[in-house]
Formats: sequence, C-alpha cells, structure tokens
Amino acid sequence: MTDRSVLRRSRRADSEPVARSLVSDADRKRPSVRVAFGIAQVLVFAGLLVAGLGPLVWLALAAVSPTQEIIRDPLGFFDITQVRWENLAIAWERGRIGLYLGNTALLAAGSVVSTLVVCISAAFVISVLRPRWGNVLSFAILATLFIPGIVSLVPLYLTVLRLPVVGGSLVGTHWAVWLPAAASAFNVLVLVRFFDSIPTSLFEAARLDGAGPLRILFSIVLPLSRPILGVIALLTVMASWKDYLWPLLVLPNPDTQPVSVALPRLAQQTELSVQMAALFLSLLIPVVLFVVFQRQFLRGVSMSGGIKG
Amino acid sequence: MTGTAPAPATTPLAARPAWRRRIARTRSSGVALLIALPAILIFLYFSWGPIFSSLVMSWQRSLPGQGADWVGWANFVYVLTDPVLPQAALNTVYFTVLAALFGFPVPLALAVFISELRRRSWYYSALAYLPVVVPPVVAILLWKFFYDPSTHGVFNQILAGLGLDPLPWLNSPALAMPSIVLEATWAGAGTAVIIYLAALTSVPTDLYEAAELDGASIWRRLRHVTLPHLRGIIVTMLLLQVIGTMQVFTEPFLFTGGGPQNATTSLLMLVYKYAFQQANYGAATALSVMLALVLGVVSVVYLLATRRWDTRA
Repeated sequence: MTDRSVLRRSRRADSEPVARSLVSDADRKRPSVRVAFGIAQVLVFAGLLVAGLGPLVWLALAAVSPTQEIIRDPLGFFDITQVRWENLAIAWERGRIGLYLGNTALLAAGSVVSTLVVCISAAFVISVLRPRWGNVLSFAILATLFIPGIVSLVPLYLTVLRLPVVGGSLVGTHWAVWLPAAASAFNVLVLVRFFDSIPTSLFEAARLDGAGPLRILFSIVLPLSRPILGVIALLTVMASWKDYLWPLLVLPNPDTQPVSVALPRLAQQTELSVQMAALFLSLLIPVVLFVVFQRQFLRGVSMSGGIKG
Repeated sequence: MTGTAPAPATTPLAARPAWRRRIARTRSSGVALLIALPAILIFLYFSWGPIFSSLVMSWQRSLPGQGADWVGWANFVYVLTDPVLPQAALNTVYFTVLAALFGFPVPLALAVFISELRRRSWYYSALAYLPVVVPPVVAILLWKFFYDPSTHGVFNQILAGLGLDPLPWLNSPALAMPSIVLEATWAGAGTAVIIYLAALTSVPTDLYEAAELDGASIWRRLRHVTLPHLRGIIVTMLLLQVIGTMQVFTEPFLFTGGGPQNATTSLLMLVYKYAFQQANYGAATALSVMLALVLGVVSVVYLLATRRWDTRA
C-alpha cells in the first residue's frame, strides 16, 4: 500500500460515512447483534478510557497532591480542597523543568530543520534532478534502512566525540543530536515516493520557461509537498521528544539536557509529589500537540505504516 | 509553468547536438551534486561511516592514545564467553516473544472493532493512540510508581480491590520482564491500531457482500475475508516489532537497571555496558554486529514475506 492510496482512501472514508463492512446493515438490524455490539461498544470505550486516559488523569491529580496522601492511598488520594498548585511551581523552578523543556523543544526544532534540509535535498536530487549517479545515492541511502540502528550506536558516538577529518567534538552541544537525526533513510524514502508522484510535465514546463533546479525546488516541489513535509516534521518532533539513550550519551552537561534525560535523575532527588508534577509538565506539551494535530498524527502513522508495508 | 508554448530560445534537450547535450548534462550533474552535498555529508558522517567503522572496530582493540590493534576474533570470543551473554540473549528473546504475545492480538482486535463503528470511531482511535504520545521516560517513571510492590502500590491496590494478593512486580525475577512488557505494550499498541485501521479500509467490500449472500456468519467473514486480507500487514508489523524489540534498552534500563539477578538485562544493555562503562568498544561493536546479523536474517524473512504479499495482492 502506498501513501497516496492511504490518503485517497481516508478521503473517501470522510466523504462517505456509511460504507459496507464486516458487519453488514442486515446484521445490524438483528436484535442479538445490535445488543452485543452495543455492549461491546460501551465495554471497549470504558476499557480505552481506563487504559488510555486513566494513567494520565491519575498523573494530573497526583501532580497537585501532597506526597503523603499519594503514598497512603494511591487510588483515592485526591482531595479537591487540598490542591497543591505549588508542586508545579517547585518542579518548574527547583526541578528546572522549564529549562529542560526548553532544551527538549530546541533539540526537536533543530532536528526538524536538519532532517528537512537533508532529506529534501537528497530526495529532490534522487527523484527530480536524476543525475546519472542518482541511483547509487538512492541505493546507498535506502540500504541503511535495513541495517538496524544498534550497529552504528557505538561508532556514531565515537564519531560525534571526535569528528573524523575535520576534527573537533560535538559532544555536549546540541549539534550532536541535530545532525545525526538528519540521516533518516526512512524520511528520504517517504519524500522520494511523494516527489515521484508529482507529474514530470510540471518540471519540464518549468525548465522550458528557464527555471533552474533551485527555482523548481522552491516554486514547484516544496509548495506541492507541504502536507508530507508537515507529517515528517511532526514525526520528527515526536521521535526527538521521546528519545532517551542518544541525548543521554552525548549531552553530559545537565544544563543542555532534554527533559527525558533529566527526569530519571530528578526522580532520585526529589520528593514524590514534585516528581509527579515534573512528569506531568513533561507530558503536557506532547499531549496538547496530539490533541491539536490529531488528524495529522493518525494520518502520518497510517501513512508510515503503509510505506513500511 | 503558465502553460505557454515553449520559448523559441530553448530547444528540447534531445534536439541539441551531442556535445552540447553532454555539457548540459555534466553541468546539471554538478548542480545536483552541489544540492545533494549536505545530504551526502550527513549520511557519510552519521550513517555510512559509523556502519563501516562498526565492522572494522569489531576486529580491533582500541588503545588509548595510540590508535587500534587488529585482534582477529578476540572481541567475538570475549563476548561469546561472557557469562552474562546467554542470560541477556534469552531475556531479549523472552521480551520479544512476550511483546508479540501481548502486543499483537489486542491492537488487531481493537482495529477490527473500531473499523466497524460508524459513528464516533475517531474517539476510539484517538484514545487508543494517546499512550503513544507519552514520552517513554515519563511513562516508565509513572509505571514504576504504579508497580510499587508494597500493598500500597497502585496495581496492588487494584488487585486488592479484586480480592487478589499483592504481587512483587519488578522485584521478582519471574515477574519483572512481563511487567516491563506490559508497560511497553501499553505504550506501543496505539501505533499498531492505527496501521491496522488503515489496512482495513483496503479490504474489498464486495467480498463481504458476496460472503454474506453465501450465508457466512460475521465470525466466518472475519476469519475468511478480513484476516486473510490483513495477512501481509500483520506479517510486516510482527517483523518490524521483532526488529524493534530485539533492540530494547530504555525500558529495562530505567525500570530495573537489568535486575533483579540480571533477569531483565537486554543485549543492548550489554552493548551499553561494554562501550560506556568499560570503554571496551571492540566487544561492544562485536556484539552489535552479531545482533545485526540476526536481525538481518529476520529482515530477509520479512522481505520474502512482503514480496509474496505484494505479488498476491
């Protein structure tokens, strides 16, 4: 399944709400099916609420409750008359969650920029300019898709520790996260597939009008690929926000660390309620991002699944 | 771009004399190289280079300050005779198998169910996906508290509410791994649900109609129409999951640090220990290369499986 077919299908599903499916209209009229289906709906929804939302709500309540209460009665600690907003303030100030969240955002933003620059330039050359060596480049990039990340972990760390040829070290700087994030064969593949779907007649017409490669890139390719670029940016932000091991290795100085690296250390040093407040604050932005961009999220995920398949 | 007739000054590439065509090609190839340069450099430094030096380093022992020595199989022998290795390999396979057992049926059933909803299906998928956006470190630290082995732990309180005895969770060698897998499944299932949902929209609806006219029950339609159509994506998802879970690190590292009694030490944690605690880069890369070879075999199986699926579809 390709990305385009997913998009087409989901668009179709939007415009035709009632489609034939496994359980047919005739089935749905049968009382036994209707009752069973109704009960299943309620049960599944309740299950999803408890499993999906439950822990997050628990965390939100724990973030504003006193430690002793959380420990004494972890299922019934919340008391609306005893909301301790100061937990959040303590986590923000003394736990320096604000600083760490800023670092996380900075790392994510930089990763998006470097990923977009590198993957767009690679995909543009492979798909649109098609030089004779384009196939070699394409093969060399796509081959890395099949090599598991663990192979390069240690040498990648040593590379960042001391850059070959040019010398110098990236360890301790945010470049150590930004640059390796850009080498994403998967995103190149996604973009190549998308660029391939742009009619070549557009490029030919532009060439005849005297447009150079950069003009074609900025006036035709990029405006047409805005949705796919959005998906890649979103997936890159999420991946960067979730990353733990790599920033742990290359950012030893706490002042530069993202929140995911700082939290486990914080958890050992602070009391439970402040720890929960810190967790809650770190959770807030991704969840808000998800609530705002739900559609793009879910479409991006199904698209990436389609490409992997 | 405006769709006007070609300007007279520019002849189509093919109509030019051969030597001019060649120059035009070389020049455009040069421009292409210039545009591709950032990508080539980044991949050279952070992808191709490290992959290559991983292969080299697994045969070397690096000496501080004086380069590296070729040591033949010594690194591989060191890793293979490490008494912790069998345990770590078994743990990793155990994690992978458990993750497949927990993480395969539930998302599939959920996706089939959600795809049958004609209203409000969006709420279901959004709720199912919600845990995926929780940063893993946040989820792990939260669940670590939930797993508190005392009678005051959240999960133990729930068990008590159901009239069951408290469990030691992460403190017991037998339960630690299933506990970790439970959290990992919670955190990852949403992705699988969304991907299965997308795949479900591609099942041809006339097949359902035909099956229904032939008198097939809902369960038989599920068994003989829906599932066969998802076979390709199911195989793909399982194999991708295996490749991912074989490289598990963050969960055991933060939940248990590999304990109790090494019951949750994974292969990647062993790589971490060699490289970043013992500075034994040779052993670390040797183990990575061996794990990658195993995963390569898995990938080949995956490629063959998806190719069969492609030709069938």
